[in-house]
Amino acid sequence: MDPTEPPHLSGEHNPALSNAAIVLENVSKVFGRFVALREVTARFEYGRLYAIFGPNGAGKSTLLRVVCGLARPTSGTVTVIGHSDLREVAGKLGYMAHASLLYDEMSGIENLRYFAGLYEIRDQERLRQAIITVGLDPDLPRRVGEYSQGMRQRLSLARATLHDPDLLLLDEPFANLDPESSRAMSRLLGQMRDRGKTILLVTHQPAHVADIADESLWMTAGAIAAWNRGVAVADSPSRSGLACKVSAGGPRVRL
Amino acid sequence: MSRTATLTISNLAKDLRLEWRSKDALNAMLFFALLVAVIFSFSFDPTAEESRRIAGGLIWVAFLFAAIVALNQAWARELRNQVLDAYRVSPGPANALFLGKALGNFVFISVIELLLAPLFVIFYNLRSIGPAYQLVIVAVLGTWALVANGTFFAALSLRTRSREVMLPLLLFPISIPALLGMVEGTTAILTGESSPRLWINLLLVYDVVFTTVCLLLFETVLHAE
Repeated sequence: MDPTEPPHLSGEHNPALSNAAIVLENVSKVFGRFVALREVTARFEYGRLYAIFGPNGAGKSTLLRVVCGLARPTSGTVTVIGHSDLREVAGKLGYMAHASLLYDEMSGIENLRYFAGLYEIRDQERLRQAIITVGLDPDLPRRVGEYSQGMRQRLSLARATLHDPDLLLLDEPFANLDPESSRAMSRLLGQMRDRGKTILLVTHQPAHVADIADESLWMTAGAIAAWNRGVAVADSPSRSGLACKVSAGGPRVRL
Repeated sequence: MSRTATLTISNLAKDLRLEWRSKDALNAMLFFALLVAVIFSFSFDPTAEESRRIAGGLIWVAFLFAAIVALNQAWARELRNQVLDAYRVSPGPANALFLGKALGNFVFISVIELLLAPLFVIFYNLRSIGPAYQLVIVAVLGTWALVANGTFFAALSLRTRSREVMLPLLLFPISIPALLGMVEGTTAILTGESSPRLWINLLLVYDVVFTTVCLLLFETVLHAE
C-alpha cells in the first residue's frame, strides 16, 4: 500500500483490510460501566511504527491488550496477521506491558531462558545477545528484583523481542529510562521497524519517537480522535477533539 | 519428549527455583502445620489406641490447611509483575503451566508431610497396626487430590478480589470425597481394623477424574479475563 495514502478509518467492512498487520473493526471494550474502547476501527500496516498518545484512561493500554488477546473485545472484530483467533499468532507477537512481566527472584538470563522455552528457542547465545542488545550484561548474577526500574524496562524489551516477533506491542517502553537509554531504545525500535517489524507503541513522551514513528494516533475517551501520517507530536488535541498538531510529515487527518 | 512435557518440566523447575529462593510457601506451611500438631498434642492426652483413631483426621487437617498456603502462593508469584500475561500471550500450552504448578505444589506439600510425619508419630505415640507402606499410597494419592483441585481452583479464583478466602470456599466442598478417603484410609491402616482398599480406590478414581477435568478446563480458566 502507498504509505502516503490516508489511513482507513471508516466503520464499513472492507475486505482489503485483511492485508494489514492489524485490523480492528468496530471494536468496543467495556469494563462494568466504564467504556475503555468505543467502536474503534483502524488498520495498521505491516512494517510501520505507530505511536499512540493520549491521556490516562484513554484506552491506549486496553487497545494493546485487545490486539494481543489478553482482553476480549465486548463487540467488534480483531484480526492480527490475518487471524481472528489470536492464539494462532501467539508466536508472532511480542508484548511489553507497564509491569515488567519478569520474575523478581531470577536473574536476567534465567528469566530469558524460561521465556525462550515457551517459544522453543534453545540457542543460548541468542539469549545472551538479546540482553546485550538492550545494553545489559548477560552475566550479571543479580536478581531482577534488585534491578533498577530502567534495567527492568530494558530486560522487559529483551523478553518481548527474544523470539523475533513480527508484531511488537509496547506499552510505555520509555518509562523510567534515562535520556541516553531512551535514545538507545528509540534507535533499537527504529532498526526493528526497518527490518520489517510492525510496532505499536504507547507513550506519553512524543519526543522519544519523533524520529522513528511513521504514524501517530491520539486517543481520548476510548476512541481514536486523530491519526497523522509522519511524525506527529501532539500535546493534546483540541477539546472538540479532532486536530493534531503535526510537527513534520504527512497530512493531518480530521475525523 | 512432547512440547507439553518439556514445558511442564520447565515450569516445575522454575517454581522450585523461585520457592527455593523465596521460601514463601514452605516457611508458612511448615509453621502452620507445626502449630496444628503442637496445639492438638497439648489439647488431648489420648491413649495409643485413641491416637490411632483420631490421628488420620488430625494429620489431614494440618496438611489441608497448610496446603492452602502453598496453593495461594503458587499463583501469587505469577501475579507479581503480571508475569502470567507473558505466558498468556506466548504459544506455551496451558496444560504445561497447570501440570508444572500442580507438580510443584505436590513437591512442597510432600516436603512438609515428610518433615511433620515423624512429629505426629512422636506427639501422638503412633504405631501402625496395618501395613505401613499403604500410608505412603494414601499420602501420595491424597496429596495429589489436594493439589490437582487446589491448583485449578486457585487459578479460578485468581481474578477475584478476595482470592485467599475464595480458594478454601471453592476447594473444601469439592474435596470432601477425597478428604473422606484420606482420613478413613489413614485410620483404617493405623488401627488395622479394616482394609483401606476401598478408600485407596476412591482416591485413585477421584484423582483420575479430577485431574482429567482440570486439564480439560484449564486453558479456558487461564485465558479468561
